[in-house]
Amino acid sequence: MLLEFSQPLEYTGLANWFDTTLGSWSLPVKLILVAVALLAAYAIIAMILIYVERKITAFFQARIGPNRVGKYGILQSVADVIKILLKEIIHINNVDKFLFFAAPFFMVVASMLTFGAIPFGKALQAVDFNIGVLYVTAVSSLGIIGVLLAGWSSNNKYSMIGAMRSGAQFVSYELSAGFALMTIVVLTGTMSFSEMIAKQEFCWNIFNGHISSIIAFVIYLISGHAETNRGPFDLPEAESELTAGYHTEYSGLQFGFFYLAEYLNMFIIASIATTVFLGGWMPIQIHGFDGFNQVMWYIPSYAWFFGKTGVLIFLSLWVRWSFPRLRIDQLLNLEWKYLLPINLVNILVMVILVIAGLTLTDLFPILAS
Amino acid sequence: MENIKKLILNVVPGAVIENKKIFTVTVEPNKLHLLAKTLRDYAAIPFDFLVKLIGMDSGGKLGVIYMLSSSTDVSKEIVLKTWTEDRENPLLYSVTDLFETAHFNEREIYALLGIRFINNPDMRRFFLNADWVGFPLRKDYDANPELNPLSLDSKEIVDIAPRIMETENGLVEETVNIFEADDYIINIGPQHPSTHGVMHFRTALDGEIVKKIDVHSGYIHRGIEKLSENLTYPQILHFTDRLDYLSANINRHGLCMCVEKAAEIEVPERAQYIRTIMDELNRIDSHLLAWSAMTNDLGATTAFIYGMREREIILQMFDKICGGRLIINHNVIGGVMFDIYYDFQKDVKALIPYMREKLVEYDRFFSHNVIALGRMIGIGMMSKEDAISYAVTGPAGRASGWSCDLRKHQPYSLYDKVEFKEIIRNEGDAYARYLNRLDEIEESLHIIEQLIDNIPEGEICTKTKAIIKLPEGEYFQRIEATKGEFGVYIESRGEKTPYRLKFRSPSMALVSAMPLICKGEKISDFIGIGGSMDYVIPDIDR
Repeated sequence: MLLEFSQPLEYTGLANWFDTTLGSWSLPVKLILVAVALLAAYAIIAMILIYVERKITAFFQARIGPNRVGKYGILQSVADVIKILLKEIIHINNVDKFLFFAAPFFMVVASMLTFGAIPFGKALQAVDFNIGVLYVTAVSSLGIIGVLLAGWSSNNKYSMIGAMRSGAQFVSYELSAGFALMTIVVLTGTMSFSEMIAKQEFCWNIFNGHISSIIAFVIYLISGHAETNRGPFDLPEAESELTAGYHTEYSGLQFGFFYLAEYLNMFIIASIATTVFLGGWMPIQIHGFDGFNQVMWYIPSYAWFFGKTGVLIFLSLWVRWSFPRLRIDQLLNLEWKYLLPINLVNILVMVILVIAGLTLTDLFPILAS
Repeated sequence: MENIKKLILNVVPGAVIENKKIFTVTVEPNKLHLLAKTLRDYAAIPFDFLVKLIGMDSGGKLGVIYMLSSSTDVSKEIVLKTWTEDRENPLLYSVTDLFETAHFNEREIYALLGIRFINNPDMRRFFLNADWVGFPLRKDYDANPELNPLSLDSKEIVDIAPRIMETENGLVEETVNIFEADDYIINIGPQHPSTHGVMHFRTALDGEIVKKIDVHSGYIHRGIEKLSENLTYPQILHFTDRLDYLSANINRHGLCMCVEKAAEIEVPERAQYIRTIMDELNRIDSHLLAWSAMTNDLGATTAFIYGMREREIILQMFDKICGGRLIINHNVIGGVMFDIYYDFQKDVKALIPYMREKLVEYDRFFSHNVIALGRMIGIGMMSKEDAISYAVTGPAGRASGWSCDLRKHQPYSLYDKVEFKEIIRNEGDAYARYLNRLDEIEESLHIIEQLIDNIPEGEICTKTKAIIKLPEGEYFQRIEATKGEFGVYIESRGEKTPYRLKFRSPSMALVSAMPLICKGEKISDFIGIGGSMDYVIPDIDR
């Protein structure tokens, strides 16, 4: 009974209700509702993240953080959203109007597309592709087009430098992130997120491939962090050098889109890492401890998902607020001289582990689900 | 000194030598360059440090006063003077090829006094627009606002510099382009988060690499030196706090000392103690801000706030002592304005161990961070020769291995009674400058520790006359501010107001070295180097 909380749609019988009452119209209505739900989730998660980041940052920096709007400043993000909606969008002379307006949409659309493939909980996934990993990698790299367009069309030298940096950075780190995910694809033998999660019931991928998986995990976190353009990799906006980098000239809601996309990208990277390495929405299960496992299942699957994602997001905030910014050559050195070669060797190691049967599930077959 | 006298008369037989408190030599304009070169290359005591370059309008003649010092012993001083009768087109010879620091100073003198310097490679006006009418520091300057009306139109920046060069065919007026035709130029400033004020660096980039920097200054120039000429000495005091606002107390101490020396006012010992302690607290405050700002320039916002947290404690002490936090307003001629408050000693003694603990925390948090090291080590190299030539003093100069701490070499107040180390590093990079500041905080704590328990009872301020008139003459005062050597020059004609007042700004020397040490570095490092030099713009735009 309690188990059913993991699948609220099935539990309430909402899906069935649609099927019976709407008949052949059921599918389009459901699709629209899913889209609306995703959009709403997109905005709400961003707002929560903004509040959480401001509060956590404040504690890192011996400050209090937002505490005026609502109890503990909990409504601060709501106030911010209203403010940004009301702000004037400043029109700038001598910009390429079409591209200038199109750029923020590229950012938002790219991160929104990824959103569809993320499994938020058991059966809580808009589309379950059989090539989910490939899809996510492909779609999330569209965002860079938005950054480059924004930088180029702004007709501002700071923006241009920021966009160029961003291009170099994104292309480089996309490579590492992709290879790190490939390592796990080699391990699990599937690209579908749902199958990946199912295989991790008793043994998360990060443990299953031991050495190789842990290396891939660390590399994915670093390169994912770099892809989101957040400190210490925030060179494209580097406020102490480039004032605001590629989005210097944007104002109002257009700036809001960049801001939104940045926060959501952080969430997306963390959630993919959760899904691929940390068992996704799967509760902690220990083979043989049936009572314990049962109790763990009582916690809804989306709580597990958001919990694990939250830990990774906290990790990324910790890094962001502790380190100074890298320089562009150091950034590219890190990628091309260290991460990429390590990654290539790592994939080989993983292949050997899988072929030689040295993964944990091979060594201890009871762990396989 | 006898040797130097002989040397000078040997080279320039017509030189007029006066044996005042400071050795003063007056020569003809065309001999000055030769004399300066001889003194700079004098093996026994090389006078290779141009401390001050002061433009003067003596009523009839226009002239320039050079104060030279030796890099091996900065307490040695010699003053050179040269005059020209021509008020229409005054021309003097530049010493930029001998002392790089003269470059900006000569441009300043051109803007304010209209003296042009032959052989200076770039003779644009420094603080003022090219179309400014009149020369403000001349005694016959017409300050009528209609001559220089306030304009709301945007002015194009012209990157063409006029100059006068001496060739075989006599003097040639020519122009030179600052940048090449196809340079990619970005304006860093005047509105930019990391220029530490209203500074404008026109920067030519080659990709991410800085090719050339052109410094534009004067956006907030207030004409303090001109204003001072109409104010009495106690009225001038408050200006010093508004030069380098981070070493407000030290600047003011410098001006007070200059006037006290000239008027022969004895400062009570209690006031000396309070002044020294306040100076060192001010130094800690300034270095903390420099540390924070530099970490922020490198992208570590959290470290910035940590520095501000500790600085707040010191600011609150200032607040309790005299009501000011940034603009401290504490020193007056003859002593200090307010006595220390009841718990001051307790507060300071609590601060010392706390601050030491925090220094360890800074060290662990930032000084050994691998990214931070990559951003600082080997970046912005400044050799000792460059530091001397550009007159870069203070923590930045000492990071290049130049012992230039006036508290050691020319002790004032109580610095001869306390024991402390002069922090010198030889690397000359941004990291050395960074570490120097943290170490100087430790030394300042050590100085305060020795003084805080021994503050004698007594007066805090000598009674002075209602109107202070300085006897006729020239007075120089040098003092170690937080960014380097701060200097005061007063020429008095026996009035209650100075005839000419000039401040030596340490930040101007720091900024003048920026084009040199940033060349070939990445644009991100340009910002980091700026943070490591730690200049304050109002100090330049006096």
